[in-house]
Amino acid sequence: MYWEVAKRGFRRYSTYRAATVAGVVTNSVFAFIRAYILIAIFRQRAHIGGFDVRDALTYTFVSQGFLMPMAMFGWYDIEQRVRTGDIVSDLYRPVDFQGYWFALDGGRALYQAMARGVPPVLVGAVFFSLRAPPVAALPVFAVSCVLGLAVSFALRFLTNLLSFWIIDVRGPAQVLVMVELFLGGVVLPIALFPRTLEVLARALPFASIAQLPLEVYLGKHPGVDALTTLAVQAAWAAALLLAGRAVLGAVMRKLAVQGG
Amino acid sequence: MTQELIQLRDVTKTFTVARKAGRVRRRFEQVHAVDHISFTVAQGTMVGYIGPNGAGKSTTIKMLTGILVPTSGQVRVAGLEPSRNRVELARRIGVVFGQRTQLWWDLPLRDSFDLLRSIYRVPGARHARNMAAFTELLDLAPFLDVPVRQLSLGQRMRGELTAALLHDPDIVYLDEPTIGLDVVSKAQVRDFLTGINRERGTTVLLTTHDLSDIERLCRRILIIDLGHVIYDGDLPTIRRRFGDERTLVVDLEEAGPPIDVPGAVVDRVEGSRQWLRFHGHQLSASELVARVAERVRLVDLAVEETDIEDVVRRIYLTGRS
Repeated sequence: MYWEVAKRGFRRYSTYRAATVAGVVTNSVFAFIRAYILIAIFRQRAHIGGFDVRDALTYTFVSQGFLMPMAMFGWYDIEQRVRTGDIVSDLYRPVDFQGYWFALDGGRALYQAMARGVPPVLVGAVFFSLRAPPVAALPVFAVSCVLGLAVSFALRFLTNLLSFWIIDVRGPAQVLVMVELFLGGVVLPIALFPRTLEVLARALPFASIAQLPLEVYLGKHPGVDALTTLAVQAAWAAALLLAGRAVLGAVMRKLAVQGG
Repeated sequence: MTQELIQLRDVTKTFTVARKAGRVRRRFEQVHAVDHISFTVAQGTMVGYIGPNGAGKSTTIKMLTGILVPTSGQVRVAGLEPSRNRVELARRIGVVFGQRTQLWWDLPLRDSFDLLRSIYRVPGARHARNMAAFTELLDLAPFLDVPVRQLSLGQRMRGELTAALLHDPDIVYLDEPTIGLDVVSKAQVRDFLTGINRERGTTVLLTTHDLSDIERLCRRILIIDLGHVIYDGDLPTIRRRFGDERTLVVDLEEAGPPIDVPGAVVDRVEGSRQWLRFHGHQLSASELVARVAERVRLVDLAVEETDIEDVVRRIYLTGRS
């Protein structure tokens, strides 16, 4: 059943082809801007935080590919349905609400990974010499991406649920977007942060969304280290999904007592 | 064999509402959206559930589906307590909100139905049979592959009805299913509902402001206002009790003052036309015409029955006083 739901999530986004093409162009253009800034930085120093210029360029193009699959610019699907009241029909369904939305989001992410994730990397590979991921790291990378999506979804689910209490969740959601982009290592790889900031960023769940999968892609977590990385991501995913479940319970109690 | 599918016993739902009292202070007030309501609905019946805006209709429906928990009293639907068995009950009910959609906006209509089939775990053969039947009854074929956002309101509503009934629910709740529809679409929706009720024995609870829906579809009608049931019975009885007032419209040879005739009251005068209201069981129309003809010279006349809207308006008014 969740598979069927995920398929519709995929189809839903694949309807809009022109938007996809425009998005790919935008993501790639921004990747170039980021790439040249990093090239300028690496002219001054050959190695920063264990990254060389090739790592940094690869990181840039792949992380541009992460933006849409991980919905890092904000996601309001549940919030919109709460605002219009259509959410009631989701509650009338004999399905698990969180599972249903996760499946839908999984379909969306898969489509965007293919349509918006891969092209910027290919574009980057044409113009720069990017690093190819070690073959051994590929399965770990795949799992890491799925766990990253789980963390990303769990955070978005939580902010969207706020709409049951406050009319406009765009404020909190925008904060999430900014924090994710910065502490998640999209603006600049966390590895290039000053030491204390890096420690802080790694202690938070945002690194699990893009930074950790990207490091796996670059082969920075070989061997046992890979499993530790996945374990960190899995722990955040589980904790945040459970938190979402608890908040959902509160939503249902509030609805049941106070009405919608 | 009839079975009580829906039972409400002494059900009350109270909301706490914040009212402004002073600059910052807020006073909290208890509002009884539904106030000690009791009724039952037998399996296979079509019931019109009506009342003015804010009467407590939606609150009742939400309690019947388990979204709201009653403050006190007992609700049973198909033997289940809705708020505790919401998911289990969801398989056995269908819901249509005329002003909302349960279809997937960006996808072709057909995809929504496929998705619902997996959500409700309807066996393939049964789904195919239902789809074939509904496609024919509601003439869905021309727009099955059109994304929902491009459908006309009438087409969308036919899609909504299909979506609510594909999993063969025992009960459907319809909230304003004909709102905004043209005459042809309305008739189609009504015929469809009658057919579903007759052939599948689906119990229908219909909420509407369009009383012609009720008149066509429901033998029983429940009227609530201010959280109370103020009428529960069939339509003919309502007419007898509240609607036996009739109106005689007369066109006179020349305009004159209101006609003074025993047993009738002039409601309106417009040039040479006058409207006389009278009680059907106290005075027959022919007797009244005879009396009027004795006093003035008539050119034309017509007798108007009070329509159901007026009847209901009168019930709302008496219910409140």
